[in-house]
Parts: sequence; C-alpha cells; structure tokens
Amino acid sequence: MPDHILRMRGITKEFPGVRALDDVNFDVERGTVHALVGENGAGKSTLMKVLSGVYPHGTYEGEILLDSRPCAFKGLRHSEAAGIVIIHQELALVPGMSIAENVFLGNERSRRGVIDWHATSEETVRLLEKVGLREDPDTQVSGLGVGKQQLVEIAKALAKDVRLLILDEPTAALNEADSENLLRLLRDLRDHGITSILISHKLNEVMAVADAITILRDGRTIETLPVADGIDEDRVIRGMVGRDLDHRYPPRTPEIGEVLFEIEGWNVFHPTVPDRQVVRDVSLAVRRGEIVGIAGLMGAGRTELAMSVFGRSYGTRISGTVRKDGRELHLATVGDAIAAGLAYVTEDRKELGLLLDEDIRRNITLASLHRVSRRSVIDLHREVADAEGFVDRMRIKAPGVFAKTGNLSGGNQQKVVLSKWVYTNPDVLILDEPTRGIDVGAKYEIYSIIQRLAAEGKGVLLISSELPELLGMCDRIYVMNQGRITGEIGRREATQEAVMRLMTNTQAVAR
Amino acid sequence: MTLVDRPATASASSGGAAGPRLRGNLRQYGMIAALVVIVVLFEILTDGILLKPLNVTNLIMQNGYVLVLAIGMMLVIINREIDLSVGSVAAFVGALTGVAIVNWGLPWPLVVLGALITGGLIGAFQGFWVAYARIPSFIVTLGGMLLFRGLSMVVLQGQSIAPFPTGFRQLGSGFVPEVGGSDLHLVTILLGLAAAALIVWNDWRSRARRREYGLAVTPMLWFALKAVAIVVVIGAFTWVLAVYQGLPVVGLVVIVLTVGYSFVTTSTVMGRHIYAVGGNERAAALSGIATKKTKLLVFVNMGVLAALAGLMFAARLNAATPKAGTNFELDAIAAAFIGGASASGGVGSVVGAIVGGLVMGVMNNGMSLLGLGVDWQQAIKGGVLMLAVAFDVYNKNKAK
Repeated sequence: MPDHILRMRGITKEFPGVRALDDVNFDVERGTVHALVGENGAGKSTLMKVLSGVYPHGTYEGEILLDSRPCAFKGLRHSEAAGIVIIHQELALVPGMSIAENVFLGNERSRRGVIDWHATSEETVRLLEKVGLREDPDTQVSGLGVGKQQLVEIAKALAKDVRLLILDEPTAALNEADSENLLRLLRDLRDHGITSILISHKLNEVMAVADAITILRDGRTIETLPVADGIDEDRVIRGMVGRDLDHRYPPRTPEIGEVLFEIEGWNVFHPTVPDRQVVRDVSLAVRRGEIVGIAGLMGAGRTELAMSVFGRSYGTRISGTVRKDGRELHLATVGDAIAAGLAYVTEDRKELGLLLDEDIRRNITLASLHRVSRRSVIDLHREVADAEGFVDRMRIKAPGVFAKTGNLSGGNQQKVVLSKWVYTNPDVLILDEPTRGIDVGAKYEIYSIIQRLAAEGKGVLLISSELPELLGMCDRIYVMNQGRITGEIGRREATQEAVMRLMTNTQAVAR
Repeated sequence: MTLVDRPATASASSGGAAGPRLRGNLRQYGMIAALVVIVVLFEILTDGILLKPLNVTNLIMQNGYVLVLAIGMMLVIINREIDLSVGSVAAFVGALTGVAIVNWGLPWPLVVLGALITGGLIGAFQGFWVAYARIPSFIVTLGGMLLFRGLSMVVLQGQSIAPFPTGFRQLGSGFVPEVGGSDLHLVTILLGLAAAALIVWNDWRSRARRREYGLAVTPMLWFALKAVAIVVVIGAFTWVLAVYQGLPVVGLVVIVLTVGYSFVTTSTVMGRHIYAVGGNERAAALSGIATKKTKLLVFVNMGVLAALAGLMFAARLNAATPKAGTNFELDAIAAAFIGGASASGGVGSVVGAIVGGLVMGVMNNGMSLLGLGVDWQQAIKGGVLMLAVAFDVYNKNKAK
C-alpha cells in the first residue's frame, strides 16, 4: 500500500468556453520527486494553481487530499500554512533586499511587529547551508546569478516548513552546472523527507531526477509512469503528444552554397564594467543554406556577440569586421543591420521581442513598416492581408491577426516573432534560443520553419543551450567559452561529449 | 512559394478575425456609450438646457483647450511618459504672446507662429532630458511646471496684459465666417454635410480595398446602419450649431486636430512607432525603431499643442495672465485616462482622449447648470476618474 502525501481526485476546472482540466487524478507518494509533464496548455499550471489555492476551493470540482485529509484552500497563504509551497518560473524575489530579508519575506521572524534580526540571520545561515549556497545572508539578491537566486527561493520555501515543494520549470533559465546543482538538491531534500513536484520541459532532467512521471495532455491525465528500465524519453514524449515522434527534428538535405556572412576579429567590452571583455577575437562564417550553431554555457558571450553585431545593441568598444557576400558592413544602428539583410530573433521574446498589448498584425509588421507603407502612410488593408498570410503559413494558432499576442501560448508567440523577422526579408538570421520554453509539437514546427529558411538560401546562426537541438539541427557548430570560440565541429564529428568538452574546457580558453 | 511571398488569395483565417477586433471596438463604443449616458442624464436633470444651441456652443468654447491638450497628453501617455508642465507652458506662451502683441504691437499671425515654435522648443528641451539623458519625465516636467509658471510671472511682472486685437480673439471666441443672411448658418451646414459625406465615402472605399486584398468585409446592413448613424449624429450636431452662431473656431480646430492625429496614430509609421516605444521600448529598439527620436518628437508635439492651448485660452479670456492654465495638466491627464489610456503605455487612442475630455467637460458644465458648488464638482470628478479607470482595469483583467 503506497503512502500518498497528496491525492487529487477528479479535478475539473472550467474557464468560460474552455475546460482546462477534465477529471484529472494526480497522486504523489511521500518522499519522492514526482515529475509533471505535458505540452504547453496541457493543464500543468492550472492543476498546480488548483492545488495551491490560487483558484480557491469551490471554483473547481473534485477533491484534494493531503495526508488523506480533504483540503479546501482559499488562497496561497492557506496552502502554504499546510506546507505546500510553489516556486514559479519567474522568481518572486525582491532584488533590492538581502538574502535574509527575502528568505523571511511575508514570514518575518518578529516579536510584536519588530523584526528579530538576530534570529533572521541565524536561521538564514542554517537554511543556506541546507541548500548549499555559500553567501552572506546580508548579500543583496540583485547581485546573485539566476542559479543562486533559485536556491534562495528554495531556502525561502524551507523557511516555511515546506512538506510539498512545487517547482515550475526551475531550470529554464539555468545553465548546465546550475541545473545539475539544483537537481542534486532536489534529491537531497527528498532524502530529508521533502516531497517535490517538478514541472519541466527538459525530459533528460526529468528522467535523471524523478521517481515517477505523470503525463497530462489536453487537460486529462494520460498516465503515471515509474522511472524504471524500459521507460525512456521517447516513451514519455509519445505519451505527451499522443503519437510517435520518430524524429524530433525534421529530415533535411542541406544544400550549402558559398560563404554569405563573416565575422572577423570581433571584440566587445561590457557596457558598464570597464575592462571586462565579454567577446574576444571571435571569427566565424556562415554559408548560404547553412544552419550554423553556437554552443556555450550561459555567460559564454553568445547573446552578447549576436547583439553587438546586430547594430551595436550591446556593449562598448566594439571592434572587428562584419562582411556579407565579401563586402564589409558598417552596422551602427539596428536600422542599418535590418537594411543590410540581418535579422536577430531575441532570446527573451516577452521582454525583447514582442509588444504584448498589441495584436499579431502589428507585431509582425513592426520591423518592416516600410514594406506596407507609402510616404510613411500605412496601407492597413495590405498589412492585414500580409499578416494573415503569415498566420496561415507559420500555423500560428490564434483567432486571427487581431488577437493580442500577450494571450498566445509561448510557441505561437515565438512564431509571431519569427514571422516578424522573416517579413523583413533577411539573408542572415540569428536565432537566439528560438525554442526555449516551447512544447515538443511547436518545437518541431519551428525547426521546420528554420529548415525552410535555410533551404531558401538564407544563412542561419542558431544559438542554443540545448545540445540535442544543436546536434539535430546544425550543419556546423561553433563552441564559445568565456567570450572565445574554443572550437568548430562539423555535423559528423559532433557529439554531446565533444561539444560539452569544448564548452567547459578552460585550457582552450587560455590558449 | 517562398516564405515572404504575399498571398494572392483570401486566407482562411480572415473570417475569424472579426471577433477580437469587434471586441476591441466594443471597448471604444463602451466609452462613447458612457458619454451618451452622461449627456442624456444631464439633459434630463437640467430640463433640456444642456443641449440648447447656446450651451453646446459654450461647451465647445470652454473645453477646446483641454481637448487640444488631451490629444497631446494621450500621445505622451501612450509613449509611457507623462507631462506635468503643459498648464505652465500654456501660461508662459500666453504671457509671451501678450507682451509681443499688446506691448510690442507685433502683427498677431506672426506672433501665433512664433508662439507655436516656442512651444515646440520647450517640448524639445524637456524631451531631450527625458529621451537622451534618461531622466524620468515625471521629474523633468515637474521641474518644467515650476520653471515655466515662474517665468510666466516674470514675463508679466505679476500683472495681466489686455486687450488683444479682434483678429487674434477669433481663435478663442470667434465663429466660422458666414455667407448670406439667413437664420441658419450656411457655412456650418455645408461643413457638416461635407464631413458626413467624407466619412461615409471613406468607409465605402475601405470596404472596396478590403475586398481587393481578399479580406472579410462587414455586412452591407451593418455598413448602412453605421452610415445612417453617422449622418444623423453629424446632422444633429450641425443643426444645433447652425441655429445659433455656427461652428466656433475652437470647434473647428479641435475637429481638424482630432481627425489629423487619429490618422497619424492609426495609419502612419510614426504613429506605430509611438505605440511600439510605449508598449515595449527594448523590443522597439531591437526592431530598428529610433526610440529616442520618437520620444523627443512626442514631447515636441506636446509643447506645440500646449502653446496652441495657451493661445486659445488667452484669446478667449482676452488677456494674458500669470495664473492661466492652472491645473490644465491634470484635466488633460484625467481626460486621457478616462478615455482608455494605460499607465503602462502602448494603449490608447486620440478619439478616446476626446471622449474622455468631453466626459469631463459635460460633467463640469452640467453640474454648473445644476448650481452645484465647485467643491462638490471637484469631488465628483475625482470619483468619476477613479471609477472609469477601475472599470477599464476590471474589463482588461476579465479579458485575460
């Protein structure tokens, strides 16, 4: 008889017009790490909001049993009091406060409203030790990296005497080393009796750390699998998409032409920290019809390289040459870069890519308004017609081109950003993490789009932190490490191990 | 077919596109409906005085300068900035105008031109600090508010300057010239007819263009109903003005500005850039938009409109006074927010600003007609502002 800490029975949650959860059952055994997977929109977040009381008792059907006792949470505070803490993808820390202040935020160690700083610091030290973070409790959170901030969040959860910890995409913004560290911590916590629910798109992590996996699809529970022999990633993916994905990457025969785009001797310094060089003597080339990857850990300088090339959008004291078709380009502004046939699809689509309040149409045409206007007057009808063409061809799932981009799913938002840049009719596309936080089905579609662009004779530079993606998509991979290119690997020689070695090899940097 | 080809035929999704678009329009219609409700309410409460020709003319003249400011303020707020200095700038430009026309005896058309340029320069000065030096506009324009109020007093040495020549006063209290001697104001009627015809024709042409691109068009019945509604509303408005002294110059200025700025914001590259910079400045910059230049231009524009408002106010008062324009900035900001602007930028429309300004204006006028004291008027207006914005925020959250 398994010992269940949590049982959710027959949960049904409806929004006007949609049934987000349909008779979902979800059982979690005590002292395990239980993964919850499914495509975007499968209902994972909704289920966790039901569990944590964000959707209070009475707004859904079904029952929640915590330690076999029925619960009726009225809000987050209520569920936290019962020992359920949820850590969201977007961290909920106050950047201007210290670690200690954040750890006890809303849960202050105080006597009659006066904070007991002594107890606060002391307990923070103890909690930080537990999560393996060696920092002074008085350190301001804004000075910490994302990985360390994640650990502070967990310490904060521990301060609330958490029994059931829910992590929503905890490693989405972390590099490999920090991710591993976090997953190790989850196993540690499990050994100390804390049960975790892990929501993640990264199946390799799920397979590495979870004891059981529950798959949701279209608001229903599909199955719960033990992580054991015979269960591999492909098996889980099959459950998530409801079909066999023989190939996670579309088949392609590359047709590679002459050199299209070259960067030579590129150097960039940090915009505010003087003498900190973030890109060092980088040279690379992209041929027509070629998909070239840039691998590297977070902070290796990949995004900085791309942004500094794209109209000097990042950094100072930039030097080096950029050539297209053998002719040197002078790209002082983003406008110059667009006019020269460059496109840069940003890493963070919400912060840097989209106008979330605007509709799909206005987002798609934003970077190429000259194409739909004459003497600065926009032809609104032509604009709509062009945008609808993209909604069709890119298979953007939306009620129409007047739908607000803020209401679309991550995959569809990414397709809007891609459409915007394809519409500028570029020759060279730089794609920065184009599939981050996107479900498996949408990823496949984005890969197809990238391949179609290459087949049209465009050059594609693909920056990605997911090694399988780089290996599956690219004809050639450059590896960056601490601002330098530490290696170049062709499609045939490329293996995860070979790339990883170059990503982490410090000797190659010292070269 | 390459990815960038334009589709030659209708796309499947165009049918579904009408839904969210209509919903977006409904919000605007909701604002107009609220205005209609307020007008009807006061029409009943004042026993029909509100819509008497004389009072409608008064309404336009009393609110013209706030509407002009509201248009500029709407653009500033869409750009995710604020301008607290417009009242003081209006006073300062009015003061300079008074000195130039009355004391120095310069020809008034020249002075008007100079005043508008001065306003633009003041806007550029403040816009520079906001856009290029990255000082928050709240601080810059708070400084501007004090600076230009002070300078107005310096220029006028604390005194009022009067009177202005007749030609200049037309800008505040004049009417569109009349031809013939009938009881009805013929030019006003003609202007009204022309406006109605222009709007309906424009709508018709837009339908044809949509069909050309293979887009879904609104049903004929809907089009016809809309056309009839437009003709009736414009006709009634024209008639009311024509039986009195015709369309005030102030009204003409406001209408021309509304149409012009609506066009700029909805149909030009510049307008699109203003929304983009306000909605997400970094994304706009990475899309090749000159964000700083856009911000600067929005402030230059605000300065010009503030100067125009100052001229209109001085002309109506027939005097330049150091106290002119007090609290205008607050009226303009309130009008923009009642009219659907968002404090987080990127959202709002010129028509919204006008509707918001009219809501405030009609309430002012209606409550005065009812004999309500200024104390209660202020309190009630404050409440309406909060309610309007709360309603808007509630609607937006519900839409999510």
